[in-house]
Amino acid sequence: MNGTIQAPTIEYALLAPMLVVFGAAIVGVLVEAFAPRYLRSAIHLPLTLLSLAGAFALTVWQALKGVPTKPAAMGAVAVDGPALFIWGTILVLAFVSVMLINDEGHFVAAAAAVPGSAEEEQALYSGAAHTEIYPLVLFAVGGMLLFPASNDLLVAFVALEVMSLPLYLLCGLARRRRLLSQEAAVKYFLLGAFSSAFFLYGTALLYGYAGSIDLARINAALGTVGGQDTLLYLGAGMLGVGLLFKIGAAPFQAWKPDVYQGSPTPITALMASGTLVAAFGALLRVFWVGLGGLDWDWSPVLWGVAILTMVVGAVLAITQTDIKRMLAYSSIAHGGFLLVGVVATGTAAQNTSALSGILFYLVAYGVTTVGAFAVVTMVRDAGGEAWHLSRWAGLGKRSPLLAAVFAFFLLAFAGIPLTSGFFGKYAVFQAAVSGGATPLVIVGVVASAVAAFFYVRIIVLMFFSDPAADGPSVVLPSRGTAAVVGFAALATVVLGVYPEPVLHLAHSAAQSLFVR
Amino acid sequence: MEPASHVASIIAHSGGAIGVAWLMIAFPLIGAAALLLGGRASDKYGHLLGVLMAVASFVVAALAFFQVLGFQPGERRRGVPLYDFIPGIAKVGLLVDPLSISFCLLITFVGSLIHIYSIGYMSHDPARRRFFAYLNLFVAAMLLLVLADNYVGLFVGWEGVGLASYLLIGFWQHKPSAATAAKKAFIVNRVGDFGLLIGIFTIFATFHSLAFADVFSAAGGASSGTLTAIGLLLLVGACGKSAQLPLQSWLLDAMEGPTPVSALIHAATMVTAGVYLIVRSGPIFQGAEAAQLVVTIVGVATLLAGAIIGTAKDDIKKALAGSTMSQIGYMVLAAGIGPAGYAFAIAHLITHGFFKADLFLGAGSVMHGMNDEVNMRKYGGLRKVMPITFVTFLIGYLAIIGFPLLSGYFTKDGIIEVAMEHNAILGWLAVLGAGITGFYMSRLVFMTFFGARRWEPTAHPHESPAVMTWPLIILSIGALGLGAFLIIGNRFMTFLAPAVGAPEELPSFNPFTATGLVTLALVAIGVAFAWFRYGAAEVPAVAPRGSFLTTFARRDLYGDALNEALFMRPGQWLTRLAVFFDNRGIDGLVNGLAAFIGGSSGRMRRIQTGFVRSYALSIFVGAALLAGAWLVVGNL
Repeated sequence: MNGTIQAPTIEYALLAPMLVVFGAAIVGVLVEAFAPRYLRSAIHLPLTLLSLAGAFALTVWQALKGVPTKPAAMGAVAVDGPALFIWGTILVLAFVSVMLINDEGHFVAAAAAVPGSAEEEQALYSGAAHTEIYPLVLFAVGGMLLFPASNDLLVAFVALEVMSLPLYLLCGLARRRRLLSQEAAVKYFLLGAFSSAFFLYGTALLYGYAGSIDLARINAALGTVGGQDTLLYLGAGMLGVGLLFKIGAAPFQAWKPDVYQGSPTPITALMASGTLVAAFGALLRVFWVGLGGLDWDWSPVLWGVAILTMVVGAVLAITQTDIKRMLAYSSIAHGGFLLVGVVATGTAAQNTSALSGILFYLVAYGVTTVGAFAVVTMVRDAGGEAWHLSRWAGLGKRSPLLAAVFAFFLLAFAGIPLTSGFFGKYAVFQAAVSGGATPLVIVGVVASAVAAFFYVRIIVLMFFSDPAADGPSVVLPSRGTAAVVGFAALATVVLGVYPEPVLHLAHSAAQSLFVR
Repeated sequence: MEPASHVASIIAHSGGAIGVAWLMIAFPLIGAAALLLGGRASDKYGHLLGVLMAVASFVVAALAFFQVLGFQPGERRRGVPLYDFIPGIAKVGLLVDPLSISFCLLITFVGSLIHIYSIGYMSHDPARRRFFAYLNLFVAAMLLLVLADNYVGLFVGWEGVGLASYLLIGFWQHKPSAATAAKKAFIVNRVGDFGLLIGIFTIFATFHSLAFADVFSAAGGASSGTLTAIGLLLLVGACGKSAQLPLQSWLLDAMEGPTPVSALIHAATMVTAGVYLIVRSGPIFQGAEAAQLVVTIVGVATLLAGAIIGTAKDDIKKALAGSTMSQIGYMVLAAGIGPAGYAFAIAHLITHGFFKADLFLGAGSVMHGMNDEVNMRKYGGLRKVMPITFVTFLIGYLAIIGFPLLSGYFTKDGIIEVAMEHNAILGWLAVLGAGITGFYMSRLVFMTFFGARRWEPTAHPHESPAVMTWPLIILSIGALGLGAFLIIGNRFMTFLAPAVGAPEELPSFNPFTATGLVTLALVAIGVAFAWFRYGAAEVPAVAPRGSFLTTFARRDLYGDALNEALFMRPGQWLTRLAVFFDNRGIDGLVNGLAAFIGGSSGRMRRIQTGFVRSYALSIFVGAALLAGAWLVVGNL
């Protein structure tokens, strides 16, 4: 190198989707700084939606142009088939989440005001609003895009933080039940920081072992470096903690119910769909690429984590009395089902089928989740959204259409045939069986059966109980919310009845596996 | 026995009306959904929508029929793939071939006429819209039953028509008798459906597929024991749906439903589903002679039992129901004989669909004019006041007794001839049945339309409105000429041959065989006897006590008593026993398991303290465990 610093070569075209999102986020900050208050929201919404749509178009364009076979940006970012598929998924989920976020009444007028104070009254009265939400969401989405595509551990860490920090903030901005919301934000921040520390420490240990933070080089070192196994296992384990925390795998799931419950529901929708997709992408890349040669060692450990996650998610969900906490535990259980696919490694063909199963599952689950949370935003009483399950009794008699749609989402979560959830589970479990993880699949099926109980219980509650006299009313949805619910319902039907195109797309995205 | 190789293979792709054959099912299904979900707003036009959907379905069926006719005989079996649920495992498709399209035409044509008739018949009923919704649902399910290209679709349709039948028998559920009859039909059908279901399971276990094409092409390779078992199980299903012995008891009670329902479901279409099942599964039965023998015995026993029951009933609809049992017995008999009988079975099924619907709707017209009176002892002399009903009823009557040149003459005598050739005992019993048919049908006509007027003082009989008489007229035209059209020159047999096979030597129609002449003579004796008892003599207002035989027939051959003694009471004991074990054993296990999971959920919940410090601790412990486990596994 002779002491000179060479300018890095960066394939801007490949990174364009991310750059568009980050660029729009920065423009959003400038809008906050310079545009007058009354104009901001009118600028933010089109800016956000257009940038997400543009990034999606660029992703599709990339995919059509052909998938590159080498990592980009000097090996820091890998834009490969799975990454493009995940980007597309995240961008669609982010787009619909933003349509929910845009709906009025979810966010606090002045976050700094003490809950219940005169200051807050004043802010509400004057119609103040936190339009910073939009650039924050865009930064989070940018982080979500970078996280699963990052090809070295430091970039992954940066992406993790870029994704998480805005979310910590957004969690605390709920308009109602503000103390709960702020508590959720603090908890999420503290635990997130804690787990990031694990991730970083793991990175350091692995660097100590392999002499590199590049995933491919770490993998190469697995066969050549001897006598440093403790460093390797501790490092890999800590890295795993950081990643498993983000997907909410047991025993790192504790934050999920509290945070999902406290956050503004549209933000919960974004976290439950987008963050999960991004974290799974990153988890797969780290474990399959960086530690791919080590799968004999990590797969028993992940077996344990998967079983624990499925059991904890399914069993704990049974006694939940709050719809958002129930959905949080359901999300934990689904994370466990997805982990079943992660351990189904083996030959290249097996990897492809497992990967494509996971990708399809992520799409199906993400869309249905956004839809379910969108329904939650619409069932309200005097105190805001009615979360307690007893308030949902008899909803089917008051608003049959909404209850039917929600019931349909629940059936999709349960994996009933002719819904998208069925094919997600089918694809993942089938891959796991052919990968030799049959016992895991049996646990998965049993956990699904347990999970089906609490999904169906809500359906029974909605349709076969008498409504409470002062029960919540269903607000007329704004056009955005109605579109989100409609889109999610349609996608859940289409993916359940005619899944071929998306299955095919997932399969061809998974065909090349991850670049190294 | 005919080899199944005569059956043409299925061609997968078709355009035109065949390509959209699913519309036949979709139209009435949409109609049912719209009428059920539409609420009171659709009360005004609900019945018209129902009729429209049935007619639309008929139009598609007719177009598809002519398209089928346009193909060479060997290319008339058309598959319509609809949906690949899991590629290679679960497929859904339709099969349009001469057999299924014949059924489609019957179902949609007679169905449409009965829809139209019902506009008049149900005009005073506040729940008319719901009635049409159920009728539409029935038509959709029945079409699925006959159009499906696999046993799963057939079963879904089978259950669908069972559901529609249940809903319609119990349509006037405020009457306890109707509610009970609906339940009875449902439960007896459950027995048959269970047999069918196990039969389908056995088919899948044997052939690893449920598609007709796969099963029938592999049927030759299966052992005759397996085929016999499958055949008998399918026969149990057919007995339930088609009210054959020993599962016949529900049909008589099913007459509690509105009369159009009795005409459409319990005479013309649904009850013939068993015949369809046996004919469709021909390749299975042809490999199992024992099963075929049982089929023919069941058919003959039922045709006699139904006829005997018909002789003793004073309720006009129950007498007709007994006749339906009997006529389906003829069809089952023919279906059990094999390819030589298939065409006659289906031809009789179609002509019976016309003349029996005609008779039932005629009976409905009489009831409509007589304040819903069903007791024939309170009719009499109605031919003058209801001329159109009388003439159309008379044509249906002549058709069913096999009066020369009318429909029944060709199709029923065809069955008798084939049966005689197959087995002389069966043949003579079938001839005897024809004689009894002549008696009970004449009794019915004489008691209703001839003799003295024995009306209740409040009755003011009148002819029914045009919306009810026109369907009668059209149906009676079918009863008049359809048989000749189908049988002469083996027209129908040649048409069906690509779907079900045909005998080596096509039969030639000969009106002067010994069997035919004896049959005619017996029928004439039956008619004369009936005239002597009920036409010339005075009919007592209260049924006389009668002999032992009369009581036997009036009590439905003690079928209900037998069921009660043999199945109901032991069944009740069995259910009590099962409930006991279920509560103590199985529920104990299940509830215990549920309580265990619920309990562990409650206990595990306490870990979720809400304190961030304990969450962090759990992460830390988890991390230690993870890294520790990794170290252990890695160093193994």
